[in-house]
Parts: sequence; structure tokens; C-alpha cells
Amino acid sequence: MQKVLLGAEAIAQGAIDGGMSGVYAYPGTPSTEITEYIQSNKYAREQKLHSMWSTNEKTAMESALGMAYAGKRAMVCMKHVGLNVAADCFMNAAVTGVNGGMIVTVADDPSMHSSQNEQDSRYYGRFAQIPILEPSNQQEAYDMAYAAFDLSEEFGVPVMIRITTRLAHSRAVVQLSPVRSQNSLKLPDDPRQFVLLPNIARKQYRKLLAGQSLFEEKSNTSPFNQYHEGTDKTMGIIACGISMNYLMEKFPEGCPYPVVKVSQYPLPRKLVTRLSEETGYLLVLEEGYPIIEELIKGYLEKEQVKGRLDGTLPRDGELNPDHVAKALGLPVHKGNDVPSLVANRPPALCVGCSHHDVFKALNEALKELGDGRVFSDIGCYTMGALEPYHSINTCVDMGASITMAKGAADAGLIPAIALIGDSTFTHSGITGLLDAVVENSPITIIISDNESTSMTGGQESSAKGRIEAICEGVGVLPGHIHVVLPVKKNHESLVKLIKDELNYPGVSVIIPRRICVQKNRRDIKIKQVAKSI
Amino acid sequence: MKTDIILAGVGGQGILSIAAAIGTAALNNELYIKQAETHGMSQRGGAVVSHLRISDKPIYSDLISEGEADLILAVEPLEALRYLPYLATKGYIVTNTTPFVNIPDYPTAEEIMKQLHQQTHLVAIDADKVAEDLGNKLASNMVMLGAAARFLNHIDLTALEKGIAELFSRKGEEVVKANVDAIHAGKTLVDKQFQD
Repeated sequence: MQKVLLGAEAIAQGAIDGGMSGVYAYPGTPSTEITEYIQSNKYAREQKLHSMWSTNEKTAMESALGMAYAGKRAMVCMKHVGLNVAADCFMNAAVTGVNGGMIVTVADDPSMHSSQNEQDSRYYGRFAQIPILEPSNQQEAYDMAYAAFDLSEEFGVPVMIRITTRLAHSRAVVQLSPVRSQNSLKLPDDPRQFVLLPNIARKQYRKLLAGQSLFEEKSNTSPFNQYHEGTDKTMGIIACGISMNYLMEKFPEGCPYPVVKVSQYPLPRKLVTRLSEETGYLLVLEEGYPIIEELIKGYLEKEQVKGRLDGTLPRDGELNPDHVAKALGLPVHKGNDVPSLVANRPPALCVGCSHHDVFKALNEALKELGDGRVFSDIGCYTMGALEPYHSINTCVDMGASITMAKGAADAGLIPAIALIGDSTFTHSGITGLLDAVVENSPITIIISDNESTSMTGGQESSAKGRIEAICEGVGVLPGHIHVVLPVKKNHESLVKLIKDELNYPGVSVIIPRRICVQKNRRDIKIKQVAKSI
Repeated sequence: MKTDIILAGVGGQGILSIAAAIGTAALNNELYIKQAETHGMSQRGGAVVSHLRISDKPIYSDLISEGEADLILAVEPLEALRYLPYLATKGYIVTNTTPFVNIPDYPTAEEIMKQLHQQTHLVAIDADKVAEDLGNKLASNMVMLGAAARFLNHIDLTALEKGIAELFSRKGEEVVKANVDAIHAGKTLVDKQFQD
């Protein structure tokens, strides 16, 4: 049986076929398609595999660990910056270990196609000292998700699968393996394994450390890592993950240099040592940070290593076949230049989007107070920083709008405004709101509610129908919670409402609520299809 | 024998449907494919591109190398120009001429056409008009697929039709027929240009 799958979908299919009982995730490009695939997969639905969205990556990671505690196989998926949110649980899950297999799939976004940074999750894998799998193509993405549960159960630790945007969003044919059944419910053999009191944690941590040499030996013999012989020994190449494809692309008849393909970490020391001994110098091709290059080269630079650090490859951004060709000293036959008249076409808010009405009202309400006091967040409304609105002054991390506004107000920037979306608010805004309520900070919070997680494709938001109740429950005074309909005819009243609340020296929440136009269109289509059936 | 295609357009113009149609046809013909797409932020009215690679031998890279694309298939003329560095010397640009203007500094149509006509191998048609004449405005992407049909090595019109039938079968026969008609219209128009 074969299927055409995105790299992200291949991981989903591999986990389903590998006997997974549930996936936990919060949407984030380029990881979203993994969970969406499982949600719509027929077999997964029949088997009732868990696939509902979580409120954020931390709750997702903890739920997955809970499932693994109970002996079943679980996967948690996120984009790279989502792992920052989940890092507390992630680091400790390496210490507790797991009972059923647990996969942590992280999709990095080098070149920042849809992200705030291009951090490399392999650092996190090393930080937690767990095995990492990095597929080079869609087939490996499938095979690794399938095999990662075995690896996780063999060593009793979570296993990371790290992919990047290019593989996540590229399709190819994938051959499927036989479907395995799920684990049955089974408590951990050691009832204290998951109780990280200091004396138990120390014991567990030593167990993790003792596993390190075993993980490395597994890497040395892993079918995902290979030593390819080569005749020209002036140079040896270490090709990590997807960079192996770019190398093969340039040498379709076979690479003349010896190559170590690395798709499983810790680094296969035996293969790398042999490569270093047999060749003049090393070239490291890796997607993301120069983590392996730095590791091999060392602080004292005793090894002669080329890569991103010495300029052989660009220091930032994703790799492509042209970068690799240049690093190999091969010619690149670039076509004609892009004519200068070709203007950038950045993303824009959709026609009819409710955020338009919010920005228009906000800009007018702030005319007298002046610029520089709108703290915003991650979502479609971040585009309010661009033409024509220039409404917002910050976009840092999920939920930072409310807490940064609070900090700025503490510093004397009064009033300060936070602009956040409904899904981001439930992801990481509620705890910040509590901080503001506790001190009755003079901030006005606009929760631009489009009843959807829109930037990632309109997933259901956990906030739906609950936002004002949450705000009230956290302690915002009911008289300062306003739900309004952001449409043209309500412009004047919205401007007045914002101005009034800016004059109030405490926490106020304005909730302009109108469903995302894209989500609305999709919902209508789904209803029509349901009716016709 | 390989065909490397850059599919270019603006988010929402339907280049992923073109890619899916060609991809399905290629698989039916037992060819290898790789198709890298743009998802996420740029889909919101931004520039989108898909690298579509078809070959009778295994394909390694998901991305096409600069100067090696056999075809730039663009559903929007400014977007056709954005990927010129990828086009091989012998490669063709097949583009729609109807602009999608959603940025303040969009050049004039004349400036864009002047640049396009400076390229060696150009096929330019007004796909939006062709689709409108067919009474199916939304099918301009399929008109463009038809326009590019003669440049798709080892995939003929029958294979494309079959691909479309598979892709759109769930939406009913009418939708399949409308899309097949659009392909035919695009192909006929371009074939005529080559006869003249």
C-alpha cells in the first residue's frame, strides 16, 4: 500500500500505523498538518485515537506524558517555538522516562517562513539527552514515526522527531507498513518513577545518564545512519536530515566523497570518527543551527571542519541545493535576475476580516495619545504592524501582549494596550491577565475574537463562547468587560468604547467578536456537504 | 527524463489544485514526484510557490535548483517574474496575463508585459477571460494547466483529464466536466499560438 503524503502527514500515518493511542498538539506552522491528518483519518476515527487540539503545547506535552504513563503510545506535536512553552514538561519527561512509547515531534522553521525565530530543536533534544530522529525524506518520516515508539519503549525515554518546513510541506509517495495494534493499559512497573522528588529525581537522572552510551551505540548501528564510501578522500561529508537530499541531487550518480548520513542522534561517533580519520577535512551540511559543526570542531578548532560557521554555507536560513552546490565547489546555472519592478507581496488580512474594523477603531482612538503603546501577539492580527495600519508595536511570543503591556504600564506608560486573539488568549494570555488583575494594572486588553485559530487554517479555538466568562472568573470587573460587533456601522461606538476604557485606571477587556471569514466559509461548506449526505 | 516545474501565484488562486492534478496524473503514469508547497502565513494573499518535480528516476531534492526549471507556470503575471532565476535557458514561462493587484506598489500591466516579452520562451494568455467565457470564472487555474499541457513531458491530456476526474470526483460530475472543459480551452488556445 502506498500514499502520496506531505512529510508532516507521513509522520502522522507512521504514528497511526505504529500503534499510537493519541496525539496532542496546539496548531503551529509547519506542524499543524500532522494532527489535522490524524483528525481526518478514517482508521484513527474508528479506533477513537485521541486527536482533539490542546489549549497549548505545555498542556499537550503533559497529556501525552500521562498517556505514556498509562502504558499507551502517545505523540505530541508542535512548532519549534512551541517547545519553549512545553519545555518544563519536556525536560522532566526525559528524567521520569516513559512507560508506553512517547514521541515528541517538533517542526522547525529555518528561514522563518511563519515564525519569530529559527531555533534548532536538536539543541533541545541534546539538552534533554534523549535520542533524536531527523528524517531526510517523506519515507523516512513515516518509518521513523513507526519505529520511534519501539525506540522509546526500548530505552524508556521520550524520543524526538525533528523536521523542518521543507520536508513538512513537501509531498512524495510513501510505502506503508502493516498496522500494529495499540498497547493495553498498564501501570509503570516502578510506582515512584514519575514522582520527581529530589531523591527519586537523582536516581532517575542517573538512569538517563547511564542510557547515553546505549543511545550512541544505537545511533552507530541505526539503519537511518549510513556510511557511504567515496573515492576522493580529500573531503568527508556529514549530511544531516534533509541536506542528504541536496547532496544526492548534486551527485545523482553517487557522491565521489565519503559521506556519513546522519538521521539519528546522538551523533554516531564510530561513523564520524572513521570519516574524520579517512579524509582530509570535513564538510557539515545541516538544516538549522551549526550544532554538529560546532560539536565536532570544538572550541579549540582541532578538527578542520567547514560549514555554516566559516561561511562555506550561509550562517542562517534554510539550505537548498544551490547552497550545497556552492559549498561543494560545483557550478550554479542561475537563470535571469528578478526584474527590479517585482515588488514584494507580503501576506495581508482577508477582505471582510474583523481585524480591519478593530485596527481602524484602535488607530482613531489612539490619535491623541500617540504611537508606541500597543502590545500585540501571535496571529493574523500581527499583520496590523504592516501597511496600511501600523497599529501594533510588539509581537514576541504567545501571550506576551498582556504581560508586556502590564510591564510597560508599571514603568509609567499609561494607558497601555494589549491586542491579542481569542486562541492566543487561551493559549497563554489568561495567566498574564491574572497578574494584571492582581495589581489592577491600568491596561486595556482587546481580545479580537474571530472564534477560530485562523493563521494556521481555522482550527477550533478552545476559547469559543468562554472568553467573557474566563475574564470575569479571573477577576476583571464585569462593568469593564465589553463584547462588541466589529462592523463598519459600529465604528464610532467602538472608538468611543476604547477611549472610555483607556481613561479607566484599571484592567478592562474589550472583545470585538465576529467569526473569521475563512472559517465561516469553510463551516458553511462542511454543513452543505453534511446535508447532501 | 525529468520535468521541473515552478508553480507561482497568489495565495488562494489555486496553484495547489494545479499541482495536485499534475501530481495525480504523474502517479497514474507510474512516475516519481516531489511537490514542495507553501503553507502558513504567506497563504493570506501573499506570494505562493510550489516546486513540482516529475521524473522516471528517483528524485532527491524537494527544491528545484536555480537555472534548472523546465517550466514556470504562473497564474499571475508579476509572480511569473519573481522566479526567473530558477528558469533554465531552454525553459518556458507559461503565464496568465490578468494581474492580481493587492499591493500599493504593483507595477503597471504594460511594465510587466514588457519584462515578460524580454524572456526567450513565453506563452501568455488571459486565462481569466477564457474562464469567464466558459461561464466558470473560478476555473482560470485549470485554463492555465491546459495552457501548460504541451510542456508536460510524459503526461498527456488524457492523463490530466483522469487526474482531474479523480481529484474532483467527490464534488460531482458537473465540477469535473467544468474543469476538464477549462483545460481543453487553455490547451486549444496555446496549441493555436504554436501553429500560427
